[in-house]
Amino acid sequence: MFGRLNFEALVHDPITMGGIVGAALAILAIIFFLTYFKKWTWLYKEWLTSLDPKKIGVMYILAATVMLLRGLADAVMMRVQQATSVGSHQGIVSADTFQQVFSAHGTIMIFFVAMGFMFGILNLIVPLQIGARDVAFPFMNSASFWLYIAGALLVNLSLAVGEFSAAGWLAYPPLSELAYSPGVGVDYWIWSLQIAGIGSLLSGVNFLVTIIKMRAPGMTMMKMPIFVWSVLGAMSLVAFAFPILTATLGMLGLDRLMGMHFFTSTLGGNPMMYVNLIWAWGHPEVYILILPAFGIFSELVATFSGKRLFGYKSMVIALMSITILSFLVWLHHFFTMGAGVDVNTFFGIMTMIIAVPTGVKVFNWLFTMYRGRIRFTTPMLWFLGFVTTFTIGGMTGVLMSLPAVDFQVHNSLFLVAHFHNVIIGGVLFGYFAGLSYWFPKITGFRLNEKLGKIAFWCWLIGFLLAFLPLYALGMMGATRRLDHYDASQGWQWLFIIAAVGVVVICAGVAFQVLQLVVSVLQRKSRLDLTGDTWNGRTLEWSVSSPAPEYNFAIIPTVSERDAFWVQKQALAAADPNAKPAKPNYLPIHMPKNTGLGMVIAGFAFLVGFGLIWHIWWLAIIGFVGIVVTLVVRSLDEDTEHVIPVSEIIELETKFAEARSQA
Amino acid sequence: MSTPAHASTKPYIIGFVLSLLLTTEAYILTTSHSFATGTIIIIVLVLAIVQLLVQLFFFLHLDRMAKTPWNILMFVFMAFTVSLVIFASLWIMKNLDYGHTHPAEQTSQYLKNNEDL
Repeated sequence: MFGRLNFEALVHDPITMGGIVGAALAILAIIFFLTYFKKWTWLYKEWLTSLDPKKIGVMYILAATVMLLRGLADAVMMRVQQATSVGSHQGIVSADTFQQVFSAHGTIMIFFVAMGFMFGILNLIVPLQIGARDVAFPFMNSASFWLYIAGALLVNLSLAVGEFSAAGWLAYPPLSELAYSPGVGVDYWIWSLQIAGIGSLLSGVNFLVTIIKMRAPGMTMMKMPIFVWSVLGAMSLVAFAFPILTATLGMLGLDRLMGMHFFTSTLGGNPMMYVNLIWAWGHPEVYILILPAFGIFSELVATFSGKRLFGYKSMVIALMSITILSFLVWLHHFFTMGAGVDVNTFFGIMTMIIAVPTGVKVFNWLFTMYRGRIRFTTPMLWFLGFVTTFTIGGMTGVLMSLPAVDFQVHNSLFLVAHFHNVIIGGVLFGYFAGLSYWFPKITGFRLNEKLGKIAFWCWLIGFLLAFLPLYALGMMGATRRLDHYDASQGWQWLFIIAAVGVVVICAGVAFQVLQLVVSVLQRKSRLDLTGDTWNGRTLEWSVSSPAPEYNFAIIPTVSERDAFWVQKQALAAADPNAKPAKPNYLPIHMPKNTGLGMVIAGFAFLVGFGLIWHIWWLAIIGFVGIVVTLVVRSLDEDTEHVIPVSEIIELETKFAEARSQA
Repeated sequence: MSTPAHASTKPYIIGFVLSLLLTTEAYILTTSHSFATGTIIIIVLVLAIVQLLVQLFFFLHLDRMAKTPWNILMFVFMAFTVSLVIFASLWIMKNLDYGHTHPAEQTSQYLKNNEDL
């Protein structure tokens, strides 16, 4: 009846139990508050069932924040383990738990933190920047979000029910095959990623179509904000790389569920094919994460330098070159697997070439700042921190693109230092910069700058303390994923510095949480009435903060790049006594709320859970449920509601009055 | 306005029947073992390519694409990435096999004898 599921699945070591109890208490507290303040209906009607990309975006970011805390807890455990587990001391967790911890850390940080922040920011900003009212497929957008949540729930459930994968964040076979990992850990990994991955694929298609089809009149491709270009590149990668992930995970799943031999070592299977395929997805994936961060930096460096972006065209060419080249470098992740000189040389050279457009962008940003009137706000600090750390990370990457060098540092902590250097210093700093830049647009009030700056400095210093020692350790021969080492290696002092670094990063996170709490409490005095917090250049700043449900009462017509900047210039030059033409508002059709996206994801969760624990009837119910829900949704003709002109006039007048008083 | 071309269900039904036929054909071929393995692989590959074309024309309307440059661009990019992944993977895997000290069968035998698989 319940497949492999029994009560033994609930028994864990003390540290895991502590985590479970903590999570359970947090959930109970949330349920209590929602019930006590009678907020369930509000939550359901205003948020959970909403198809408004701005609300979906906020939910993505909240979920990604929760997952960031989970991933950070894993990171702290790893640092404590490696700082203490020397010689006769055994550290805080067993070797098996340690393997689950590093596997969960990588999986969570990439799939549920970075991807979550990215899709959150896309949902919030892309429609506003291109002058659209919505994404192309609002219902699919909600389903994508809930599939992401279903995947995240499965990962977290593995903490309490059963175990998580101990095979690393990419679960290389043969270790991840049934013969060596008979438990449910790898299955949790496969199905949570499969579900979240399908959500990402749908989102990718959605934003691709949104950008191509729904731009405001007059906004030709070369007049799009550069952030939109970066998203276009990233989403084309999502659309073409995620199917590879789906197929690869599908084959590994078949190996484990039905005894097939795609990636086993025996009976014609080939584990090396898995490594090849997973990186054919995995390398585009890192560019999927970093391209939108590049876009964010390009927007804010122009805004805070008070200048237009230097070299817009070269920036577009660089972004598009990276998009194509990112499909040509994946072998550098496995130079040491045994390919010959010609294969390794080809991919080594391609890897060096992809650094060129990235370098172009760095110079474009620097030249944008040159002779600009720079305002050192929190987002700008994140940018400056990014340029320095990301350049170091980029250079260590180019170093490793030489196969001969890679053979020395492959799978060492040097590599770990490198990719954290680009992912924290690039991706995470980028999303933090974007969130602090667009925060007033999202919520309607400004963040506390002082606490934000302290948080930034904690992050930067903590990051350097935590990862520079790893470069040295890698050179000294420390491999990644070590749960124990001998005292005679002389590594411990460097591991202790790295652990101190993580403590400083935790302080940074604490300041970010404090910043959020303080800003919310002081929100009355920090309201952004103008809608244009930073003297911005692009269309999102032309509407009120937060933007109304319909984004634009009248869809703007675009004639130049930096459309809003041009509008402001024209307004300043115009005769102040001339009466502005009375806007001719029309009723606006917007999608109705629906909970069916959530229902689909709920069934997908059941499919995942059933397949993990071999509860076949549950998986079948889930699958049938998904199909039935889709049919029900397709037959529903009444999916739109109309915002009447009176409501639009009321909102727009209120905004106009607030703006004129501010 | 005239009726949009996609309102007709006819191409979808033809496409659906064709793709079902092509799939069953491949299944019967592989389970009945009526040809040599090498021949079957080639036939199945051909069937797969026909299947691909059927889906492109009947479901995705490749024939109407000429008017929409974005679709063509996306199609070219897709063709580029798909062929890149396929041919580069073949190249890489061939190279890796060549680099192996023992042929695959010997590795299998070793694992059976020594690792209890």
